[in-house]
Amino acid sequence: MTVKVGIPNALLYYLYYPLWQAFFNEIGVQVVTSGKTTKDILNKGVREALADACVPVKLFFGHIMEIKDHVDYLYIPRVVCVNRKTVYCPKFLGLPDMIRHSVTGIPPIIDVRMDTRQGHFALLKAYLEIGKLLGASKISVFQAYQKANRVLGRYNNLLRNGWNPHEAMSLLSKPGAVLEKPPNLGLKFAVLGYPYNIYDSFISVNLLEKLRRLGVGVLTAENISPISLVLQKNCGLPKRLFWTFSDLALKAAHFLFKRGMVDGVLHLTAFGCGPDSLLNKFIEFEAKKHRNIPFMTLMIDEQTGEAGISTRLEAFVDMVKRRKEALACQK
Amino acid sequence: MPKITFPRMGESYRAFKMLLEDLGNEVVVPPRPSKRTLDLGIRYAPEFACFPLKILMGTYLETIEMGADTIVTTGGVGPCRAGEYAMLHHKILKDLGHDIKMIVFEPPRLHPVNFIKNLWALNKSGVSIRGVVAHIRRAWRKLQAMDKAEQLSHVMRPREINRGDTTRVYRKVLGWIDQAYSFEQIIEAESAAMEALGSISQDSKRIILKVGIVGEIYVLLEPASNLEVEETLGNLGVEVERSMFLTGWAKDNTWSETTERLTVKEAASPYLPELVGGHGRDSIGNTILYAKRGFDGIIQLAPFTCIPEIVARTILPRVSKDHDIAVLTFFLDEQTGKAGMTTRLEAFVDLLRRKKLFGRGAEPLTG
Repeated sequence: MTVKVGIPNALLYYLYYPLWQAFFNEIGVQVVTSGKTTKDILNKGVREALADACVPVKLFFGHIMEIKDHVDYLYIPRVVCVNRKTVYCPKFLGLPDMIRHSVTGIPPIIDVRMDTRQGHFALLKAYLEIGKLLGASKISVFQAYQKANRVLGRYNNLLRNGWNPHEAMSLLSKPGAVLEKPPNLGLKFAVLGYPYNIYDSFISVNLLEKLRRLGVGVLTAENISPISLVLQKNCGLPKRLFWTFSDLALKAAHFLFKRGMVDGVLHLTAFGCGPDSLLNKFIEFEAKKHRNIPFMTLMIDEQTGEAGISTRLEAFVDMVKRRKEALACQK
Repeated sequence: MPKITFPRMGESYRAFKMLLEDLGNEVVVPPRPSKRTLDLGIRYAPEFACFPLKILMGTYLETIEMGADTIVTTGGVGPCRAGEYAMLHHKILKDLGHDIKMIVFEPPRLHPVNFIKNLWALNKSGVSIRGVVAHIRRAWRKLQAMDKAEQLSHVMRPREINRGDTTRVYRKVLGWIDQAYSFEQIIEAESAAMEALGSISQDSKRIILKVGIVGEIYVLLEPASNLEVEETLGNLGVEVERSMFLTGWAKDNTWSETTERLTVKEAASPYLPELVGGHGRDSIGNTILYAKRGFDGIIQLAPFTCIPEIVARTILPRVSKDHDIAVLTFFLDEQTGKAGMTTRLEAFVDLLRRKKLFGRGAEPLTG
């Protein structure tokens, strides 16, 4: 019987799942995911996690509860830093420990540390460690790592081409398939925030789909090429933001505001998110400088209602539309 | 001449004021955080910024009203948010139309140039390098003296016969230390302070509970932000030992890691091997060390939404179970009320006392 490794559909899933899946499959391990977020998963997470934690972390707990009884190992890597510059949120750094010491009855956790500040081959070493744990030979791990990286490259390319993670993943698994490109709609919004909030359609109350139905095309930080983001440097601040996702989101905001590529900017944030308390303020300051592009912050938590978000979105879209028409008339 | 101010953290402002004045600066002493400080802070700071940021925001605005135009503060290298607060404060103040100069001290071990440059900017009267070192050493000694007096006050308060004696004497001796200027005077003031505190009449028969306080540094060090938890506990007959004092912490983070710190790290490593920023790992390590030293309970203090302390808090129940020690957590913010906190503390202390008495077997329950 093959070994089963569980990967929860939360947090880093949206950026690295293709890599992990390819890697584990290549070394002969079966990957089990927890599936889409449901009300039940959210409830489990809320029950297990600390009340003061943010929704995404609660969801992570929920997803763990969902798969813990069906797998031999849980894969919760301690991803510290992958670009030698920024680290992940402290909650990510302590994630394996939080799970291990507060959830009972869990299978062994694969919690290798990934920190590229320790050397160029830190990631490879981390994967070799995983391979050793699962009894795979060094050569097969090496080959699997190479292949997985190629898959990740293709996945990132798809993201850059404007697909969202769900679409990109299905395109990856069915290479020949042709997905319908979203029609070119009149308005284009940037949705900034963390991938695990934006793309989790349950917790974001279906934000992306709602916007599409309102006739708004969506651009996210993942759709922007990394070079354009790197060129933003530190966004005029004396120090960069410490956290990878926040740093990216702020750079994306600066890039989009400067280029004026979008008609509106939405920032999706979770209640009580630590890094966002700074990020949101910095984006707000930037938005103040570019008054031609409206900006709105949407906050989600485990109690967010469908109707409230819909109303706010509709109002925002209407306002942007009207403004655009008025400007067109003036010309 | 620029008027300089700095964040207020407990009584440490007395030493910083002396140091900055020695270097030839005009100093605006930050007032003790009040209701008004908080109101100002929460009006302009982001809603989910942690409590220290809001208090400092308010303090800065108050000191600007008093005429300050330069703020000296500390930076950091993450992943705790506090490292970025200086630049956020600066941006918010600028947005409000205050043209303020910020002097941000980064950890000198990692940024030696920044440290020297900042020191140079603050050295208004052109003191020689040797003079600067002497001034810093004197300010440091003063900090140590104040920390020592505070530590002793925590031991004396639960044993005092006349309620309020310790606080009264402590206020008085702080004044003595504050007045002392030369190295000898500081040492003299310190020993006088220790003697005065030591001679408070006490009841040696009382059963004293020992509680360790762990958590985030700002809410530990600024009594106005933790609603004087140490005094409240002292009055409930609890001897408090705080895991963090400014002198100990500064040493760990500026120069070298002390050996004591290493054991905290080691103690925490079975539960949290990763540095999660702030004082998350210290909270866990210190809880274990206190448990091993036979303390009756632990109180964790953290600002609302503090990320490292949330990680620590998630793991602490397991530590509490494994080491058989009671842990009570307070997430503090502008909404925390003193009465609610006192009620929770009283209940906690009652439970600890009961546990202690039943453990001993013979003595009957009282109260």
